[in-house]
Amino acid sequence: MIAIIDYDAGNIRSVEKALIHLGAECRLTRDISEIERADKIVLPGVGAFGDAMGRLNQYGLTDAIRTAVDKGTPFLGICLGMQVIFDESEESPGVKGLSLLPGKVVRFTGKDGLKVPQIGWNSLDIMKGSRLLNSVDDGAFVYFVHSYYVDATDKDDVVATTGYGETADVVVAHNNIFGCQFHPEKSSSIGLKILKNFTDM
Amino acid sequence: MHTIRIIPCLDVNNGRVVKGVNFVDLVDAGDPVEVATAYDSAGADEVVFLDITASSDGRATAVELARAVAEKLFIPYTVGGGIRTVDDFKNILREGADKVAVNSAAIRRPLLISEAAEKFGSQCVVVAIDARRCLEGYKVPDEDITPDNDTVRVGESGGKWTIFLNGGRIDTGIDAVEWAKKAESLGAGEILLTSMDRDGTKSGFDNELTRAVADSVNIPVIASGGAGTMEHFADAVSEGHADAVLAASLFHFKELEISKVKEYMKRRGIEVRL
Repeated sequence: MIAIIDYDAGNIRSVEKALIHLGAECRLTRDISEIERADKIVLPGVGAFGDAMGRLNQYGLTDAIRTAVDKGTPFLGICLGMQVIFDESEESPGVKGLSLLPGKVVRFTGKDGLKVPQIGWNSLDIMKGSRLLNSVDDGAFVYFVHSYYVDATDKDDVVATTGYGETADVVVAHNNIFGCQFHPEKSSSIGLKILKNFTDM
Repeated sequence: MHTIRIIPCLDVNNGRVVKGVNFVDLVDAGDPVEVATAYDSAGADEVVFLDITASSDGRATAVELARAVAEKLFIPYTVGGGIRTVDDFKNILREGADKVAVNSAAIRRPLLISEAAEKFGSQCVVVAIDARRCLEGYKVPDEDITPDNDTVRVGESGGKWTIFLNGGRIDTGIDAVEWAKKAESLGAGEILLTSMDRDGTKSGFDNELTRAVADSVNIPVIASGGAGTMEHFADAVSEGHADAVLAASLFHFKELEISKVKEYMKRRGIEVRL
């Protein structure tokens, strides 16, 4: 069973529907024991870094996530759900992230006349192989909606980047911890492939 | 690289896709979910659903539509048509839609834009604008039909286009460019800009209108109305500075294939997702 963490983040139904479409057994939940027992965990997220961490703390989910990740449960953070696995964000100064991986979240500067947020399809520059990107080609297009992006401290954790004025780390992987900045549930066949790679782990 | 989007638009009446010209002679054209997933396979970057069901209590048909689509369509989609309240936004977004398009209700009560943007984020608030070029000797309507709206009228701004309410039936006299700027300042995440002059004509987008709006705001502008050839799509970007290009009947009637349009745009040096 895949636990999709329900912490009042927007649009989690789309993630659920994509996983169901792939034939995965999944459940929206904020039940701590269910999350700790889950075979896999997905942390979706739309909204602001500070609000998201506030709710994860409020529902006692930060420790549940750490416990599950420590025992090796595959974990996928999507969009804001990827950002919160790092240490901190310019979006919400002073708020501590989950710190599952080292790094910070910074804002696009909008240079070269680029509009912030980035909304739309952009291509992946794949840095290294990962189970999450099995059969996904370099240059594949995925769908983004974000104003902030991850700057990972340890670039060994970075599987793919995307250029949008700056170079954003958009797919990360470290042992059982995975994150993608884009929305795989909205990225057509490529996105479904990535979600399938995760459900097959 | 970031790409220009091609967006097919589906008119949906009582849960069925309908095709027609200028909302008359509507014929049934299938199930919206099936039509939309076919567009996904054909290379569409997003889909817009316009619910034109005449009597819809609390936009129940639009919510139903959003729910059915979410189960099968895995590209972003927008639902619009008759949206009036923040609750309409909530109910549609909750089902899995990415964006909600609002038109007349936002002109009548612009604060709807900021309320929705504060609650759900600007990225999901699309302000649809129906604009028409002013005829020579244009006179601002005497009756102030949008009492809540302090946006500049064309007579004061010297602008060239006014915006219309109720599916293009009522001229507000409001300057289209000024309204787009106001919508952005209130928190709109995107402008869906339809040229009423060009809609259905297949004579090309009103690139002057698109450019006037796109160059005045810092949010994406979707050009709509007038698509007839592949060249028109590329021109909407190169001349109109559009971030996305929308067409309806052209794709429905298979006069153009999305992939062919994109290949042509690529040859013109425009970045697209292929």
